Amino acid sequence: MTDLVNLKITEALDLLNKGEISSEDLTRAHIEEMAKGRVLNAFITETPELALAQAKESDERRKSGKIGLLEGIPIANKDLYCTKGIRTTAASKILSNFVPPYESTVSQKLKDAGTVMLGKLNTDQFAMGGSTITSYFGATKNPWNLDLVPGGSSGGSAAAVAAGLCMGATGSDTGGSIRQPASFCGVTGIKPTYGRCSRYGIIAFASSLDQAGPMTRSVKDCALMLNAMAGYDAKDSTVANVPVPDFTAALTGDIRGKKIGIPKEYRPDGLNADVAAIWDKGIQYLKDAGAEIVDISLPHTKYALPVYYIVACAEASSNLSRYDGVRYTTRVEGNSLDELYENTRTDGFGDEVVRRILLGTFVLSAGFYDAYYTRAQRVRRLIYNDFIEAFKNVDAILVPAAPTPALTEKALKEMRPVDVYLGDVFTTPASLAGVPAISLPVGLSQNGLPIGLQIIGKHFDENTVFQVAEVLEAQANFDQTPKRVKG
Amino acid sequence: MALNQETIKNLSSLSRLRLPAEREAKILGDLQSILDWVEQLKEVNIDGVEPLVSVTEGTAPMREDVVTDGGLQTELMANAPEQVQGFYVVPKVVE
Amino acid sequence: MYTIKGKTTDWELVIGLEVHCQILSNAKVFSGASAAFGAEQNTHVSFIDAGFPGMLPVVNKYCIEQCVKTGMGLNAKINKYSRFDRKNYFYADLPQGYQISQLYHPIVGEGFIEVTTADGTRKIGVERLHLEQDAGKSIHDMSPTKTFIDLNRSGVGLMEIVSKPDMHSPEEAGEYLRHLRAIVRALGTCDGNMDEGSMRCDVNISVRPVGETTLRARAEVKNVNSVRFVMHAIEVEANRQIEVYENGGTIKQETRLYDSENGETRPMRNKENANDYRYFPDPDLLPVVLTDEYIENIRKNLPELPEAKKKRYVEQLGLTEYDASILTADNETAHYFETACQGQDAKKVANWVMGDLFAYLNKECLSISKSPVTAVNLGALVGLIADNTISGKIAKDVFQIMIETGKAPATIVEEQGLKQTTDTGAIEAIIDKVLADNPDKVAEVKAGKDKLKGWFVGQIMKASQGKVNPAMANELLNKKLQ
Repeated sequence: MTDLVNLKITEALDLLNKGEISSEDLTRAHIEEMAKGRVLNAFITETPELALAQAKESDERRKSGKIGLLEGIPIANKDLYCTKGIRTTAASKILSNFVPPYESTVSQKLKDAGTVMLGKLNTDQFAMGGSTITSYFGATKNPWNLDLVPGGSSGGSAAAVAAGLCMGATGSDTGGSIRQPASFCGVTGIKPTYGRCSRYGIIAFASSLDQAGPMTRSVKDCALMLNAMAGYDAKDSTVANVPVPDFTAALTGDIRGKKIGIPKEYRPDGLNADVAAIWDKGIQYLKDAGAEIVDISLPHTKYALPVYYIVACAEASSNLSRYDGVRYTTRVEGNSLDELYENTRTDGFGDEVVRRILLGTFVLSAGFYDAYYTRAQRVRRLIYNDFIEAFKNVDAILVPAAPTPALTEKALKEMRPVDVYLGDVFTTPASLAGVPAISLPVGLSQNGLPIGLQIIGKHFDENTVFQVAEVLEAQANFDQTPKRVKG
Repeated sequence: MALNQETIKNLSSLSRLRLPAEREAKILGDLQSILDWVEQLKEVNIDGVEPLVSVTEGTAPMREDVVTDGGLQTELMANAPEQVQGFYVVPKVVE
Repeated sequence: MYTIKGKTTDWELVIGLEVHCQILSNAKVFSGASAAFGAEQNTHVSFIDAGFPGMLPVVNKYCIEQCVKTGMGLNAKINKYSRFDRKNYFYADLPQGYQISQLYHPIVGEGFIEVTTADGTRKIGVERLHLEQDAGKSIHDMSPTKTFIDLNRSGVGLMEIVSKPDMHSPEEAGEYLRHLRAIVRALGTCDGNMDEGSMRCDVNISVRPVGETTLRARAEVKNVNSVRFVMHAIEVEANRQIEVYENGGTIKQETRLYDSENGETRPMRNKENANDYRYFPDPDLLPVVLTDEYIENIRKNLPELPEAKKKRYVEQLGLTEYDASILTADNETAHYFETACQGQDAKKVANWVMGDLFAYLNKECLSISKSPVTAVNLGALVGLIADNTISGKIAKDVFQIMIETGKAPATIVEEQGLKQTTDTGAIEAIIDKVLADNPDKVAEVKAGKDKLKGWFVGQIMKASQGKVNPAMANELLNKKLQ
């Protein structure tokens, strides 16, 4: 029998459609794999019974001819997506007992598309981090090498998809949280245009940046899954009321004449040699496929990172005020309300979360608001304008997804926060500009670790992003499957 | 901008966090290095540049003035650390 | 000018009001939960209002319209571009840890309210009106050690209307508040019920010696929940400040709580930390952009405002300024009055409304909408007097019965046989009898004691139980005594 956990979503759908396998077969295989993969600590909560029940329902639906876009496909959700009746923690202590009485729009859309949910995936606490080591539920391991981090914050999603524990996963990306772990784990993930997917029911980190997106083992899977996730939602004021095209229809395999921008600012002195080599390879692949390579400039790139940390932390400091010990969080009692707040929040938030809340509070506080927050927002506009200008001349931009391959947990823990933040250097510009960007694996480092490249497109032009990505994927012919970790 | 213990205390208090002394010292160092690093934004000429609040263009979508929600007392209380008869309960607040 | 005489000098008051008006709407400003007052605890609450994780606000169209209407009532500039900001602070009844408000770009800009006091008519400046969400309610008296939280009010739309520091006496502040209430009531944008808290007032007060032109530190007095309390709070707070200054002290800018029972203001606790609200644009919401067409459309359909109504009562109905201002003080009274006026003499109706009706309603503490005498019936009563069906005296009795029974005046007149006698023969018969019974007095009148005629009319009315038309009685009596 086919190794069900190695299938791409498109392949599995084909077998399901032919009646060669059932969703129950597929789901059982993944539940077994999930158990074998526990050493990765990719899941915070496993929901095997629910998954089996959903798989059986899906098989029934299929019999009656009601077939959703992803009918019968086992997936998992980042534990930032509120799932009705299923604990949702944001990988934090403070929400460790929270059971949402509602479902996020995106996870509901995936349900409606016929998916089966295997469980809730690990992440950095409140999505704050790039390593999935700040989770209250322990660090997630990289399936390529257990000493390495999977990246983050959607590290649980990346690890689970890479290791075949689920066929696709939701992630969320604020400053690179889909694209960087995708690169570290050798999978494909897209941060769509800001406003493409509803944020309703996704626990907020930084509202002006947070965006949901899929993580899968192929570009086509990614396009298919995004089709199920995207679209207008009356419950989110910032979601765009624009039609969602069939992203898979854009996968023509032909990018002849497309102009691909290569920004010089992404090649600083001392760029990691492995990363530089893979980037060059990617440029060559696209050239070989008939694309026109254009040197461009995104002059404010180097400021994206500090702007990002100011804006994201400012918004986070406010977004996380609601976790106060009164309505649904853990609580540590106190003699007064303020004491209760302080006890609960000090106990409930990890170090990185505290650091970001304090930084965000600082940049918004009286006397510093203009010098920090307003200045950052102004520079943000310049970064945004850089992309608008660049896209007057090119169809897409090709850059690395991360400045290095995956690092070890040990190395990260010894670094200063500022040096850790540098890991987001290539992903934050697209986040600040709100443009779509996919990360897909293009090759291995000298040490055999996956390295991903990003293709950045115009606002709401995911089509071109997918189109170019699929060609790059084909050219690179990357085997997305790491050596499976067996228990 | 040089931070001091007092600033950290004020920020902690505004954020309703209470850090033990050793954690406070560590955070002070961390925040200081982050602030030194973001100083580079001062190099950028931002004259006449409007702050970017949201990349979403357009105006606020609006809901009709119709009651579509509510009646959720049980669901609201289900996660509550302390509740009495459908009220959330906190230590006595003196105004 | 209003001043307070101190030991050393005369003091002038500088007063500004921040009035929170709960918007009349079906649903809350950012969620679909009901905005109605008085439901069981935590039942008019959505997960948005309770600040649950991942919940997002979507603005209520009608709340925007209500703000625009109110802005027009305040003669104010309607801002075509406005935006929401977060005001960050922790409080038990503020579930999100921030209040969505409008600091940088409010929906309504500068305007004014015209206020009439004994000193004349003045325009009091309005600084702005912004839209924000209300907080929930903390209940402190249900347990000795705990505070209970009800979020039904959390997220109800609020218009905060900030005046300029333009007022200088308790009367002026009281009138400003009354006028503001009349405006929002006339527009139907807020019910203006201060006792239910749907209209709440914070008072900013400072004092300075007469002649000084700079502003001194002010106190913000919170929780002042009636016009009378606002006036009283101003008085006590001004006197407190004067006393502090005159004893060599200084006033610091602070928030104080008005205590109506003890007639004093005192500093609020738990406010030391609340002064850095870290406002920033709410990234969950987009700007509100209004078109000229939208604004003009609202303007066209705006109901008549109290000032315009008052003017019309004076110019077209011939009422005095004073009567007109009383009858236009609130929508219900004006509506009652105008209904009663249909086909009747407006001045006479005004006299009945402000006389007998108000006397009765005040005694019983009833609002005009609860009056047992309907506007139509009161109008009919005035009509019965006008067409000589009953006399003014009988009308008072009929009014009393209308209060007790709620019946129409014509029915009462019919049932009780109170119809005025206009039959000359019948009246003559009564006069003849009265004259016959009092021959000595008849002689006196004939001898020139004209004053006694009045006494005769009285006797005639008495004998007829008031049912004789007094004018006819007079005329016929005169003839008989010639």
